[in-house]
Amino acid sequence: MTEKFDINNTFDPDKENQAPKISKEVATKLPTAAKGVDHYLRRTDTDPKAARRAELQVATLFGASSFFTLVFLVSFVAIPREKKIAVSLIGVTGAQNLVLGVSFGFAILLIGIGAIHWAKKLMSDVEIVQERKEIKPADDVQQEALAAFRVGAEESGIGQRKLIRRSLLGALALFPLPFVVMLRDLGPAPKGELRKTAWEEDLHIVTDITYQKIRPEDIPVGNLISAMPENIMEIQEEEQNLNERGKSAILLVRMRPEEIKSQQGPDWDYQGIVAYSKICTHVGCPIALYEQRTHHLLCPCHQSTFDLADSGQPIFGPAARRLPQLAITVDEEGYLIARQGFQEPVGPSFWERGA
Amino acid sequence: MLVLFFALGLVSIGFTGINKLVTPAAAKIGSEETLVDKGSALFAEGCSTCHGLNGQGTSDGPTLAGVGAAAVHFQVSTGRMPMAAPGAQVMRKKPSYNEAETLALAAYIATFGPGPAIPSEEQVNEWQNASLAEGGELFRTNCAQCHNFAGSGGALTNGKYAPSLGQATPLQIYEAMITGPQSMPIFSDKTLTPESKAAIIRYIQELNKSENPGGMDLGRVGPVTEGLVLWVVGLGSLIIFAVWIGARVR
Repeated sequence: MTEKFDINNTFDPDKENQAPKISKEVATKLPTAAKGVDHYLRRTDTDPKAARRAELQVATLFGASSFFTLVFLVSFVAIPREKKIAVSLIGVTGAQNLVLGVSFGFAILLIGIGAIHWAKKLMSDVEIVQERKEIKPADDVQQEALAAFRVGAEESGIGQRKLIRRSLLGALALFPLPFVVMLRDLGPAPKGELRKTAWEEDLHIVTDITYQKIRPEDIPVGNLISAMPENIMEIQEEEQNLNERGKSAILLVRMRPEEIKSQQGPDWDYQGIVAYSKICTHVGCPIALYEQRTHHLLCPCHQSTFDLADSGQPIFGPAARRLPQLAITVDEEGYLIARQGFQEPVGPSFWERGA
Repeated sequence: MLVLFFALGLVSIGFTGINKLVTPAAAKIGSEETLVDKGSALFAEGCSTCHGLNGQGTSDGPTLAGVGAAAVHFQVSTGRMPMAAPGAQVMRKKPSYNEAETLALAAYIATFGPGPAIPSEEQVNEWQNASLAEGGELFRTNCAQCHNFAGSGGALTNGKYAPSLGQATPLQIYEAMITGPQSMPIFSDKTLTPESKAAIIRYIQELNKSENPGGMDLGRVGPVTEGLVLWVVGLGSLIIFAVWIGARVR
């Protein structure tokens, strides 16, 4: 249906039967049609019936958009907000929410599709070339600007008045200093907080959330407990923040004593019960995906894996350091307690941490 | 080898002896004996190939001494046992035994050694009176790390995964916590009290029946599926439109 078309005649406004018809004034302002490009006529350019069909299609799309807008307006009023419907693939969902979303989406989508269809089928599609403007201004404009600048510099007297010039330079040099000083407000720099947790000698180990003291005989092999120091709630109320809770979280795990390959200190376990920090040494995610048969602990954030049977060493993933272990024992009443605080900072590395 | 046979022989004689001894007492309290007998027959037929004729374990399956009735009921009622094929993860499927057969198997395997019993109905139904808020806190502290914030499950290492809790019944959730199936650690009644367990079960029940007011839940597994849908469907349709806009019209 396409035929070779002489591009140089496209915008001749004097020529009759030229679709699209463009007035003389508009045509002279349009960019010139690309020379030497083969232009093919569309079916809608040559066949009035096809053009009429495309026109109807575009109008139908716009009409459908109006219909969906009306659906939106009506359903906003007509469908009760609380009504729930079950739709396959989606499940039980709010009826109004669903209809509003679908109708609004189609209302705007159909305007877009109609506009594209209109542009592609009916609007002019001649290839055009628009020359890029030169970035450099015309010579006379440039001269004029430079002259104005020189006049201004002379009139201000900045060349002669050394006192003003120097004081201005001084003022401009000092001005950025407040921005440097304001960096101080990012602080205060942490002092010992990153190195120390709430864990201390003889502190009871309690279950998280329920805060019960724990007896070793209540922990069967394969058991996992998320635990805290007994004074965590007092600290939390005193400091009015969750920092200490974030640092002091530990995991208690019991394995058969012969399964423990190594620990961070001699007999830091208690009859096969080991306690490790719950904070990943990579970027500090809470880490509790414990596989009781392999004793692997997997971090959900970046898949760092630690072996709790082998000193908490990282065996996979981005974490470079082992999970700090807490030495534990029991008090006279038989409850689990910490033998000492953590011997190394818990959580991710930080600048001043050292090796 | 001879010693092993001798030992096995002694063990089985021992079991027969115990069974004979408990017969009069069991007959009084109910049909314990017939339940164990029925379980024994089912075990010999369906389980002993891998777990050994006396549940002592073979190279294909672990020993069942001391696993307890709760573990048996969990594994069999969720269809995980008998397992279809060995692999990183035993999957939930349609159970092969009905409830009566499952209880018979559990009663028989419980005679191999002491282990957690199936929790009583009152214990399990306690969740209906439990605190939902406390359950949420406990769930997020003890369960969400593997089973996801919405109980949808998630990946572990080497092809293992924590399953979705969507189909788990309150009894099965309770049993899983006290027995620690597969990779899951145990949460014993002493360290996670029955009240805490009830609260967790309540929270899971609430999660499972929650609706999706905004539309598709996309599995509720977090940013991975949401991102995938955005990239594939969202960006995909934009590309299709871009190709259409640029295509030549005849």
